[in-house]
Amino acid sequence: MQLNSSVPPGPIADKWENHKFSLPLVNPNNKRKFDIIMVGSGLAGASAAATLAELGYNVKVFCYQDSPRRAHSISAQGGINAAKNYQNDGDSVFRLFYDTVKGGDYRSREANVHRLAEVSVDIIDQCAAQGVPFAREYGGLLDNRSFGGAQVSRTFYARGQTGQQLLLGAYQALCRQIAKGKVEMHTRTEMLDLVIEDGIARGIVTRDMLTGEIRSHSAHVVVLGTGGYSNTYYLSTNAMGCNNTGTWRAHRRGAFFANPCYTQIHPTCIPSSDEFQSKLTLMSESLRNDGRIWVPKQADDPRSPDLIPEAERDYYLERRYPAFGNLVPRDVASRNAKSMIDVEKGVGQRKNGVYLDFSDAIARDGVQLITEKYGNLLDMYERITGEDPYKVPMRIYPAPHYTMGGLWVDYNLMSNVPGLFVIGEANFSDHGANRLGASALMQGLADGYFVLPYTIGGWLSGLLNTKPLPVDHEAFRKTEAEVADRINGFLSCRGSRSADWFHRELGKILWNYCGMARTESGLEKALSEIPALRSEFEKNLRVLGTNEQLNQSLEKAGRVADSIDLAELMCQDALHRRESCGGHFREESQTEEGEAKRDDENFTYVAAWESQGPGHAAALHKEPLDFENVALTQRSYK
Amino acid sequence: MRITLRVWRQPGPEAQGEFRTYEAPEVSEDMSFLELIDAVNEDLLEKGEEPIACDSDCREGICGMCGVMINGLPHGPSEGTATCQLHMRKFQDGDLIEVEPWRAAAFPVIRDLVVDRSAFDTIIESGGYVSVSTGSAPDANEILVPKSASDAAMDAAACIGCGACVAACPNSAAQLFTSAKLAHLNLLPQGQPERWDRVEIMVDTMEEFFGSCTNHGECEKACPKEITIDFIAMMNADYVKSKFKNRRRLGQKKAG
Repeated sequence: MQLNSSVPPGPIADKWENHKFSLPLVNPNNKRKFDIIMVGSGLAGASAAATLAELGYNVKVFCYQDSPRRAHSISAQGGINAAKNYQNDGDSVFRLFYDTVKGGDYRSREANVHRLAEVSVDIIDQCAAQGVPFAREYGGLLDNRSFGGAQVSRTFYARGQTGQQLLLGAYQALCRQIAKGKVEMHTRTEMLDLVIEDGIARGIVTRDMLTGEIRSHSAHVVVLGTGGYSNTYYLSTNAMGCNNTGTWRAHRRGAFFANPCYTQIHPTCIPSSDEFQSKLTLMSESLRNDGRIWVPKQADDPRSPDLIPEAERDYYLERRYPAFGNLVPRDVASRNAKSMIDVEKGVGQRKNGVYLDFSDAIARDGVQLITEKYGNLLDMYERITGEDPYKVPMRIYPAPHYTMGGLWVDYNLMSNVPGLFVIGEANFSDHGANRLGASALMQGLADGYFVLPYTIGGWLSGLLNTKPLPVDHEAFRKTEAEVADRINGFLSCRGSRSADWFHRELGKILWNYCGMARTESGLEKALSEIPALRSEFEKNLRVLGTNEQLNQSLEKAGRVADSIDLAELMCQDALHRRESCGGHFREESQTEEGEAKRDDENFTYVAAWESQGPGHAAALHKEPLDFENVALTQRSYK
Repeated sequence: MRITLRVWRQPGPEAQGEFRTYEAPEVSEDMSFLELIDAVNEDLLEKGEEPIACDSDCREGICGMCGVMINGLPHGPSEGTATCQLHMRKFQDGDLIEVEPWRAAAFPVIRDLVVDRSAFDTIIESGGYVSVSTGSAPDANEILVPKSASDAAMDAAACIGCGACVAACPNSAAQLFTSAKLAHLNLLPQGQPERWDRVEIMVDTMEEFFGSCTNHGECEKACPKEITIDFIAMMNADYVKSKFKNRRRLGQKKAG
C-alpha cells in the first residue's frame, strides 16, 4: 500500500496557508449536522473538542479520569515553545522549524514541522486571552526562558506548572461548550475498540468504568487524542492510567503504527528508590539551565558529595559538549548519564543516579532567585527523597517520558483509515526521532486549536447529508461482542498473578533491551521473551470481581494486554532500524565519539506498521522523507 | 516498618460500608502512601479478596485525582502534600492508619475510597472560564498584566480540584475551590468583562451542591497547594458587589 502523506505543493512557508484555502469549508449551518467523537481530554483532545464545538459541531468527549481536567498533560512542568521572538534574540518561525527538524534527528516530516512552528505563535495568543497565568516581566509583558537545548529564549511558562495551566485553559474552554450543550462529556469511560465498516471509521465501543456497561457510539468522524505509550515500560513518568489501548485497538483495526521505537527517555527524573516504586517522577529539565551535572571522577566513590573537592568531580556534559554543556538535547543527556552509571560512577544508595548540583547557582544568584525559579521543583524533590536540594546535590536519572512514535497520520492528521484522525502525542508526526523540550505542549495545542479544526472540514464536507452508522448496525454489535469476550477472558482466567505483575515484567524486558541503548541480540532476546510473557498472561492472570462494578484490576488487565502487544512491535521496529537516530540508539551504529550515527541512505523514512492480526508479525510500509529546506547533517552539540 | 491499616470498604454507592483491618509487615520508608495501598492490594488479590478501589493518576501531586482521609486528615499529616506525595517516612513503625474516602454529601462514595466529585466540574461549567473562542485572540503582549496580578492569579490557579477543602470543612463547603478559580480569572485583565456575572453564577451554582462557609479555615490547612482563604474574602466581596452591578445592568436591559 502506498502511503500518501498529502503534503500540499509549493514553498514550505506557503504550504499551510495555501492548504487552508484549498480545503473545502463546511457551511456554519451545516456544522451542526455533524457528530464528532473525541477520545481523550488532554491538551490536544480538550482544545480540539472546545474549538470544534465553538465552530458548531456536535462533539462527544470520552476520558477515563473522573474529570477532563486531570489528563496527564497536566503534569508537564517546563513550558511551551513559540516563535514569537519577544526577546529579540534572533528567533523566527524558520528557526523553530529548523531546530525541531534537527532536534528530531531528521526523521520528521518537514511540512508538518513548519506548520507547527507557524501556529506556535497563535497558541500563545489564544492561551493568554484565556487567562493562562504565564510568567510576566515587571512591565507586564510575557517572560521567556531558554529551554532544553535551545539557543534562543522562546519558552513561555507558568512557574513549574505550565502543562497544568494550559490544560486548565483548554478544560475551561471545554466546560464552556459542555454548558452550552455542544459537548457531551463522558468521564470514567474507556474506549475499548474502534468500529470500522466498509473501511471507514464509524465509531467506538466503550466501557463505563462504574457500571461495566459496554456501549457503542457512532459519529461522522473519530478523533483519538489518547496520548503516548511510555507506560509500556511500567516505570515511567506517565500517570498510572495512561495507556495505549485506544491507539492499539485502532492499529488492530487497520491503522498503521509509525516509528514505535522512537521513545524518549527524559534525563532529569528522580532515581527509583525501591522495587515497590509505582512510577518515576520527572523534574523539569529547566533545572539544567542553572544546575550542573556531575559524577565523582573516581568509580564507586563512597564520599558524600560535599566532601568531594572540585578537582575530583567530572562535569561530564560540560567537558564533552563545551558549546551546549548541561543543555544538550534530552537523548544526549540521558545516554551520557547511562554511560557514567555503566562505569560504576553512579551516586546514591542504589548507585543509580548522577548529581544535579545547584550550589554554584545559589552562590551566584542567591537563594531567593533560585526559589522563585525552581522552588516548587526543589520542594517536590525534598518531599519524595527526604533530602534538601538547597544543601545536598539532587540525584537524577533518566526515565521513559514521551513517545515520538504513534499512529501514522497524513498532513491532515488523518490516519490511513478514512474517518480516523489522531492528534497530540498519540500520532507520530512532528518530533521525528527525538522531541525537544517544551515542544509537546506546543504540538498538542497546535493540533487541537489550529490544525484539526481546519483539516477535519476536508473530511466532513464530503459527508454532507449523510447520517452516522446506527449503533444497532451489525458492525457495532459485532465489535461489542468482541469487547465483551475479551473482558470475560480476563475475568475467567483465574490464574495466580496480578496484571501489575505482568506489567512489571514487561517493563523490565523493555527497559533492558529497548531502553536507552539497543542491540540486535538484545532486541531478539526481547522478541522471544515478550511472547512467552503473553502466553503466561493468557494462562495465569488473576482478576477478581465482576465486569458490572468499578473494577480497577479489570481495567488494568486490558491495558497491560495491549501494552504487551505494542511492546513487541516496539522491539520489532527497533530491530529493523539498523541505525541510531534521536532516542533510538543502536549500539552497532555510533560515531567514534559514541554519538548516534544515522544511516540516511537506508533509513530516511517513516516506518509504518500494518497489523496482520494476533500472532503474526506486522507488515512494514515506508513513507520516504524528503528534506528540501534543512540539510541533513550529523547533529553536533560540541 | 510494620503498619496496620484500617480501611473503609464499601462495595457500591448504596451498599453498607465497614472498616476492615489489614497488616503490612514490611513497609519501606521510601514508599509512598499509595504504593503501600498498591502492596496491600497485591496481597489481597493473592488471598482472593477484591483489592481496595482507590483513585490516583499522576502520582506527582498535580492531577488532583487522588485524595483520601488519613487518620482524619485530608491527604494525611504532611502539609501542602497530596496523598500521592505522602511518603511512609512520615509514619512510625507500629502505626495504625485509618483510611476513609472524602466525607461530604456532595461527593457520594462510588466504591471503597473512590468518590464522585463531578459537582466541581459543574461549578466550572457555570462560569469558570474566559469566553474567548479559538482564533479571536489579540497578540499576547497586547494584554499587559502586572506581575503582581499574574503572580496572585497563579497562586489561585494552582488549585488541583482534589476536593480536600470540602472534605476538611465541617460544613462541606466548597468556598476555597470556587474562590480559587474566581480569583485566578478575576484578578487578570482578561477576566474583567465577565467578572460580575462569573462570581454570581459560580457562587449560586456552588450553593446548590455544597454547604455554607463559616470561616473555620480548615480548607486552607488541608489544601495540598496551600491556597489561601484570602481568596474567599475576595469572592465574598465580589459577590456582594455583583448583586448591585448585575442588577444595575439588568435595569438597563429592561429600559433598553
